[in-house]
Amino acid sequence: MAYDAQPAPATVYHPAPAGMNIKVAASDLSVRYGGALALDRVAMDIPDRSVTACIGPSGCGKSTFLRCINRMNDTIETARVSGSIRIDGEEVNDRSIDPVLLRARVGMVFQKPNPFPKSIYENVAYGPRIHGLAASKDELDAIVETSLTKAGLWKEVADRLHQPGTSLSGGQQQRLVIARAIAVNPEVILMDEPCSALDPIATARIEELIDELRENYALIIVTHSMAQAARVSQMTAFFHLGALVEYGPTEEIFTNPRDQRTQDYITGRFG
Amino acid sequence: MNRPASIRTAVEARLARRHRAERRFQFYGAAAICLAVAFLALLIGSILIQSVPAMTTWRMTLQVELDRAAIDPRGDMSEASLRRGGYNAAIQQALRDQFPDVEDRAELRELFGLYSSVNAARLLNRVVQDPSLVGGTVSFTFPIDDDADLYLKGVSVRESRAPGPAPVRIQAGEGRAVTLSAEARVFDAFVDDVREAARERARILEQRAERAEAALADAIDRDIRAIYEAEARRARAQAERLRDRLDEGAPVVIGPQIPSLLVQVDGAVIRVSDVSADRRSARGEMVISAPLGEAAHSDWTLWTIETPQAGRLISDRQIAWVDALRERGMTRSGFNTELFTYADSREPELAGVLGALIGSVLTMFVTMLLAVPIGVGAAIYLEEFAPKNRITQLIEVNINNLAAVPSIVFGLLGLAVFINTFGLPRSAPLVGGIVLALMTLPTVIISSRAALKAVPPSIREAALGVGASKTQAVFHHVLPLAAPGILTGSIIGLAQALGETAPLLMIGMVAFIADAPSLGLAGFTEPSTVMPVQIFLWSSAAERAFEARTAAAILVLLTLMVSLNAAAIYLRRRFERRW
Ligand SMILES: Nc1ncnc2c1ncn2[C@@H]1O[C@H](COP(=O)(O)OP(=O)(O)OP(=O)(O)O)[C@@H](O)[C@H]1O
Ligand SMILES: [Mg+2]
Repeated sequence: MAYDAQPAPATVYHPAPAGMNIKVAASDLSVRYGGALALDRVAMDIPDRSVTACIGPSGCGKSTFLRCINRMNDTIETARVSGSIRIDGEEVNDRSIDPVLLRARVGMVFQKPNPFPKSIYENVAYGPRIHGLAASKDELDAIVETSLTKAGLWKEVADRLHQPGTSLSGGQQQRLVIARAIAVNPEVILMDEPCSALDPIATARIEELIDELRENYALIIVTHSMAQAARVSQMTAFFHLGALVEYGPTEEIFTNPRDQRTQDYITGRFG
Repeated sequence: MNRPASIRTAVEARLARRHRAERRFQFYGAAAICLAVAFLALLIGSILIQSVPAMTTWRMTLQVELDRAAIDPRGDMSEASLRRGGYNAAIQQALRDQFPDVEDRAELRELFGLYSSVNAARLLNRVVQDPSLVGGTVSFTFPIDDDADLYLKGVSVRESRAPGPAPVRIQAGEGRAVTLSAEARVFDAFVDDVREAARERARILEQRAERAEAALADAIDRDIRAIYEAEARRARAQAERLRDRLDEGAPVVIGPQIPSLLVQVDGAVIRVSDVSADRRSARGEMVISAPLGEAAHSDWTLWTIETPQAGRLISDRQIAWVDALRERGMTRSGFNTELFTYADSREPELAGVLGALIGSVLTMFVTMLLAVPIGVGAAIYLEEFAPKNRITQLIEVNINNLAAVPSIVFGLLGLAVFINTFGLPRSAPLVGGIVLALMTLPTVIISSRAALKAVPPSIREAALGVGASKTQAVFHHVLPLAAPGILTGSIIGLAQALGETAPLLMIGMVAFIADAPSLGLAGFTEPSTVMPVQIFLWSSAAERAFEARTAAAILVLLTLMVSLNAAAIYLRRRFERRW
């Protein structure tokens, strides 16, 4: 294709902090929707047990990148993914990988809270049940409790587990879907603008939660809030027009951006 | 110039117009709804009113003597023997016993016309079940003939009674012939009425003749002229004849075209055949005899049957008999249970919707069993799994087209494929159900797809996001949310099939079937009909009693439909979940 003849967009890499395990590694990752290029040959190494923030103006391909990691793009008829993305060195786009298994390993929290229209308990128990993670009802109860506790929701819902999940407030719903994601014990958690619909207090709660989850999981979050990215993440990736412009430790991206576009974006000059 | 102020006035001026437009639109909407409700009320009201005569039925109770020799011809009391008994004759004899002076064959036929021999089967069944009845007398109740029933309900015959104005003397003649004579002009009122009616009729005939003559003047074509000429001539001649008979000096001969006159006196009923010119005497014959003696009777009744014999299906004699039976307390009106417990019959009083109802239930069962799983399955596959390409697009377009295919085409298909090729039985609920399922499929598929489409994609993403397979996502999350919509669509499709007639005519479900199909597995291949076809059949039946029964059957069908739709609404409410 004519496009392939063009040089790959250059990415500015900051030196990564030493001693970090690479969990997710993307290279030459491109996505097209029909004819339109949404992600242009992205290469990026995401460390384990840390939070990686994806920032960039609207429509630059952040969600698309996230959806590559758990192959949610499979559900979009027109999406064509090329290039490679590896989790622990294992190729995700390989034919031998079952997306169902993959999604059990890579949990996802969507931009808008989307609990099932079932009870709070059922919301959390659904994943473990279909994957057969609990041998007995007691075990399932325990999984539900620990997941809700980890998501910081247990205290609020302990006495109303059988009320519909949709009856919770927006912030509670978002924490409920986080609990649902961690109930299947994933290795990577993807969060697409998890706080976009929340007030500052609920946002602070979720951020706290993200910080706690970092101890056990690799988290990749998309956010439009520079402050949030600065607060919660260790690594930051700046996307622009489908290309990864700059990637490195959060501190360095925010204090010493090397690309003009990154500089403009984080200082609020566009986007 | 103050611009903001001018903009404001302009907006305000427009605002008034906008409000007016809105009010006008609301008024149109309300008016449209009122009109629709009024039409619906009119429709249901008129059906209700029309069905009233079918809600009750008159029954006659006779004491039937079960003579051993006649009921048990072989004399061994075996079932086979009892089944060959002369029940019909026994019932007819019981009826005859009520009116011993009826002897003439034609008259007997008239008398037995009050009773339909189909009833004998019921007496037979009773005796077979309880052979100890043989040799005794049983009280047997059966619905009276439909024409007598309509007479008793007062819907088919206009009549009036007046006390005899002056004493009358009755002289017995030969056989049952009698002569009535009085000092005063006792038949004055009757003759005046008859003359008035005849004059009116003659006037109408003359008008008709004038119209035909006027048309004749304009007509050119020879054949058409001939038709008008004949009509004018005929009407003129009839009117002339009527006017001739109106001559004051002539006696009144009571024919089939003019009201009948019966005279009730001391338990006897006399049918008057002609009234003398002086209106003081008349001749007639006893329909129900009683000893009357030579003396003058002052207590007697002039009973005018205003509907002429030609305008009714019940004869003067039958009216007299039925009236006497009612006087004797042998007829009683009650709720028309036959309408719900009997299958179709040529005799309206014995016709019911049970056969059609069972046929409808069996047919709908087949339709549901085929259309709902196949339709919902197809919808799920097309909506959730099928790749979106040319082929699926083509299929989608064709499904939408199928929904618009006239239903009779499906009937033709059923006839050609299921009956002629596969050799399935005609008139059977099985074939009817298959044909209606084919007809209903597009509706089910389209509504199910719409219901599936209405489930927000975020639910699918949520399920897939925790690692559910596509099938799990669909069956655990999408389908339960779409269920109310799918259910509503399916039930509406079934209700539509329930009211369908045309395709069933093609596969022979229009046949006259006197036995209700059995409610078991065998019933699916037995000949049967369905409710809408039954309504169609009754609506084209000649007997007047079927008119009300048609309306009643429509009510039954409507009730069925309303309960189906109510079930749809209930299930919808029950399963509806918010997200
Ligand atoms: N399902 C789709 N079909 C076609 N094009 C799509 C689809 N999803 C996204 N795109 C296109 O791909 C590009 C990247 O979209 P993406 O959703 O990844 O942006 P984003 O960075 O997440 O934006 P935002 O911050 O607004 O969420 C956009 O131009 C968008 O129009
Ligand atoms: Mg996005």
